[in-house]
This record gives sequence, C-alpha cells and structure tokens, in this order.
Amino acid sequence: MKREKVIQSLISIAAVIILLVILNKVLTPFQARIFNLGGIYIILAISMNLINGFVGLFSLGHAGFMAVGAYTSALLTMSREAKEMNFFLEPIVPWLLDVQLPFPIAIIIGGLMAALAAALIGAPVLRLNDDYLAIATLGFSEIIRVIFTNTQSLTNGALGLKGLPYIGVTDSPKEAIWWIWGLVIITIVFMVLLINSTYGRAFKAIREDEIAAEAMGINLFKHKMMAFIIGSFFAGIGGALLGHYMNTIDPLLFRYLLTFNIILIVVLGGIGSITSSVISAIVVTIAQELLRVLDGKMQIGSLIINGVPGTRMVVFSALLMLVILFYQRGLMGTNEFSWSWFKKLPFKTKKAKIS
Amino acid sequence: MLTINNLSVHYGGIHALKGINLEVPQNKIVTLIGANGAGKSSTLKSIMGLAKASGGSIKFNGEDIVNKPTTNMVSKGLVLVPEGRRVFSNLTVEENLFLGAYLRKNKEEITKDLNWVYELFPRLKERVWQKAGTLSGGEQQMLAVGRALMSKPKLLMMDEPSLGLAPLIVKDIFGIIKEIHRNGMTILLIEQNAKAALEVADYGYVLETGSITLEGPGKELMVNDEVQKAYLGEHK
Repeated sequence: MKREKVIQSLISIAAVIILLVILNKVLTPFQARIFNLGGIYIILAISMNLINGFVGLFSLGHAGFMAVGAYTSALLTMSREAKEMNFFLEPIVPWLLDVQLPFPIAIIIGGLMAALAAALIGAPVLRLNDDYLAIATLGFSEIIRVIFTNTQSLTNGALGLKGLPYIGVTDSPKEAIWWIWGLVIITIVFMVLLINSTYGRAFKAIREDEIAAEAMGINLFKHKMMAFIIGSFFAGIGGALLGHYMNTIDPLLFRYLLTFNIILIVVLGGIGSITSSVISAIVVTIAQELLRVLDGKMQIGSLIINGVPGTRMVVFSALLMLVILFYQRGLMGTNEFSWSWFKKLPFKTKKAKIS
Repeated sequence: MLTINNLSVHYGGIHALKGINLEVPQNKIVTLIGANGAGKSSTLKSIMGLAKASGGSIKFNGEDIVNKPTTNMVSKGLVLVPEGRRVFSNLTVEENLFLGAYLRKNKEEITKDLNWVYELFPRLKERVWQKAGTLSGGEQQMLAVGRALMSKPKLLMMDEPSLGLAPLIVKDIFGIIKEIHRNGMTILLIEQNAKAALEVADYGYVLETGSITLEGPGKELMVNDEVQKAYLGEHK
C-alpha cells in the first residue's frame, strides 16, 4: 500500500515535469509569465494554508514575511554596480555592497530570514487567539513595511530596488519555469508529508479544539510556533521569487492588499486543503488576466463605460463574499487530490455495464 | 495513587476551591459529585495543570505535580476526558484515536491498544473512517473515552461523561466505565448524575461551593439522607 503510494507520487511528479517541458516550448512569453506567477502564488497560498487552514491561526502577516524574503534575496544577489545605481540618495551600508551570492542560496537565506522574523514575532503574538491574532499579525506586517520604507541605507526606502537579477543562474528567461515550478513541487511534497505526519495530526487537533488538544499532551505553543515559522519560511521564498520575477520591488508592493490576494486564493479554494490552494492559485491568476477586459473601455449596446482601473477586482470581492456567505467550504473543502479518484471512475463504469 | 491536600483555586476574586482533601487509591473508582459551580471541574483542571492552584499540594505516586505544565501530566499517566466530549469533529475516528497516543512512540503497543479500544467499543470500529462530528452524542463520548485510553493512562479522569446523553446511553457509558475498571484502571469520576456515579464508585466525595461536605463509600453515600435530599430527590 505504502509503496504503491510512493510510486503514484513519483508518477505524478514525472507527469508534471513532462507537462512543464511541453508548456515551456508551447507557451508565449506572456502566457509563460502568467503560468509562472501562478506557481509563485501556489507557494504563497500553500504556506498561508498551513498557518490559517491546518493550524487554524488567523494570521494576516504574510505580506510582511514576503517582504523580508524578497528584500533579503534581492540585496544578496544584486551586483555591486546595480546596488550603486539604486542607492543614489544615500549609499548602501558598506558590508552589503560587495555581497553577491548565487540565486538558489540567496532565496533560501531569504526564506530563513522570514522564518527568523516569524520566530521573533510569533513568540509574543501566538499567545493571542482569533481576531486579536489577526490584528496583531496585520500590525506586525505593516511595521515591517514601514521599517523597510525608512531604512534608506539598507533597503533604499520608498524608492525600492530596481534591476533584480532574473530567476535562475543564467540569463535565459526560459529557466524561470524550472526554478519556480521546482520549488512548487518541493513545497507541495514537503507540506503533504508534514500534514500526514504526527505533527500534521496535532496541527489539525489544535485547529479543532485547543483544550482537547492540550489534554492529549500536545504542546500548543510549540506547535503553533512550528507552523508559523515553516509557513513564513515558504512565504519568504515566495516573496523572493516574486521580487526576482518582477525585477523590481518596493515597500508598497507588500501592503496588506497582497495578503488579502492570497487569502482570496485560499478561501476560494477551500481552507485546509493543499490541492485546493494549487487549483485556486492558478485559476485566480489566470482570471485576473482574463478579466482585464473589465478595466478597459466597454460598450454594452449604446452604453459606453469608460474603463476604471481595478474594476476586475470587484469581481473577486463579490466572489469572495458569495463563497463566504453560501459556500464556505470553497472549491474543495478539506478534500485532497488522490489517485484513488481515478481508480474509482473506471471501476464504476465497469460495474454499470455488468448489471 | 493521587493525593490532594488542602487544595485552593482562585479565579480572580472568586474562591472556587476552599482547601479540599481527596484521595484516589490504586485500582479504585472514586467519584466527586456536586451541583453546578461546586468546584468539580476546577478540581480536575488544577490536577491537569489547566487551572492554577493558589495553595495546597497534589501528589501523584508521591511526586508533587501541582501547577506543572499539562503536557507533563499526560506523559506521567494522568489523562482527562474533558467535559462535553470535545472530540476533534473534522477528523476521522481513527485520527482522533491516534491523537490520544500523541506522546507515545512504540508503534506496536499503540496498535495493540487501538485494537483493545475497538474491542471495547465495536461501534467505533464500524465508523473508523467517519468524521467524529457525524457521530451521535453517545458515540462521541465513547470516542472521547477511547481517545483517552489510547494515551495509556494510569489514572483516568472523566468530567461528566453523562452530560447531555439519553438515560439509556448513560447506562451504556457507566457499563463501559465498569468494564475499563475491571481491566485494572484507576478512575476519578466527576458527575452531576449522583445516582449513576455512586452506583459504580468505590468511594465518593460530595463537593459543595468549594468544600467537601461529605465523604464515604459509594453505597453508604447512596443511602445517606443529605445526599438523598440534595441529589437524588427526597423519599416518598
């Protein structure tokens, strides 16, 4: 049984890799860009789902941890020339000027810095519950952003950083898909293993009933910290990828709106399911592009609507409200993808034929 | 096995427990009965470290455990079946049971105990893959007891296992308590259903507004006039 599952998982991964090879050949640069953004959002959504969906901590601090990851990785990979060009108001702190690390190491350090920030913030904040936790984490994420706006010689303040190196170790834009989707696969595999382990079971127990979980001997604070730190680590990595992919970052990018974008994905998909986050992240990213029509000039019959930028987001807001009001379990609820679905399908049809 | 000496608990200005003395000997069922707000749950919570004791001592097998973290209590073998069952409703029956064994590492023994729990509660075995929230009240109580047994307790503490259950199911639950006791378990039972509790108990304590007013063997308390008046309804 267990071996069968391992083989199935390996087949799934192989199938995804083949799909990626094909997509990398077929997709136009614009389509590839959306596809890759979808991948980054998958990492962000899964990491948020760990904290909010599996442990049930209502945390709104994702954008802050993404900012930590993005800035760390950006500053570690930019060349001396690029840094000198960016920091024209005030020179960069000397110890960072000559630091230039390869991309893979830099994003891992970015994730670790985000995890460190989470550990520092989590220690006081995770003693709170529900709404209070949401407010406190939201506050901390804004504090991180404000700090980054004001540390001119470290982060270039409100000017942001421009000319971040591309994702990958070469300059080819075709490489990005492998890094991003490679990390997506790693994130998914890691989270699935974590959720199905004893720790994962303890996380869900905390979500269901803290008092009963404590009575089972589960150390609430330790487990909450663990999930918060792991979630933030992947948020940091996601943030770093986003920064490199957009080539430019500034503190305004990491407003709480970014957190809400990810919440949108998690809630639409279904809180507490990895599969749902994956599907929802791709659907929402593609829909955001498709709905750009709404932002432009529209003519309905004789009625002419001049485009208002941001109209497409209204669709998502309405959708979010509808889901929360009428279909709280989202697309998938807490269900996960499994190969046994496919096994069931032909089995049923065969039975039907016999009878 | 468990000795409580002069235990006091304060909730802010409220003096919930006013120095109670209680003893649970090995392999016995001891029950603590009393009305709402008498301090029954506070006693259990302070044993488990969920509520802070402001004075007195709690000794478990000679070791002082007053105000120690709850996680340590479970690993020492003190396990609580919380009031109102509190099963993990979105997890399956099996996941619930495995969570009971959270602090244990020996897989063979866990499987052995799992089978024992299924033997004890065949109903649970039928519903292994069902979500706990879809079980009936009585089945949830069985699951809560089974989950506690999975952590291999030395002393099993139950907080109102009959709460909100139909009389017939209550009878079942107390049958199970007796059955577990026959397997050598020491049990501290907290109940409002005085009749059912005193019937199974070896020894009983009556708690009133934070102090113990009466104690004695279960059968004696059953026929005691004051207990009859207060909890069992007067003679006709």
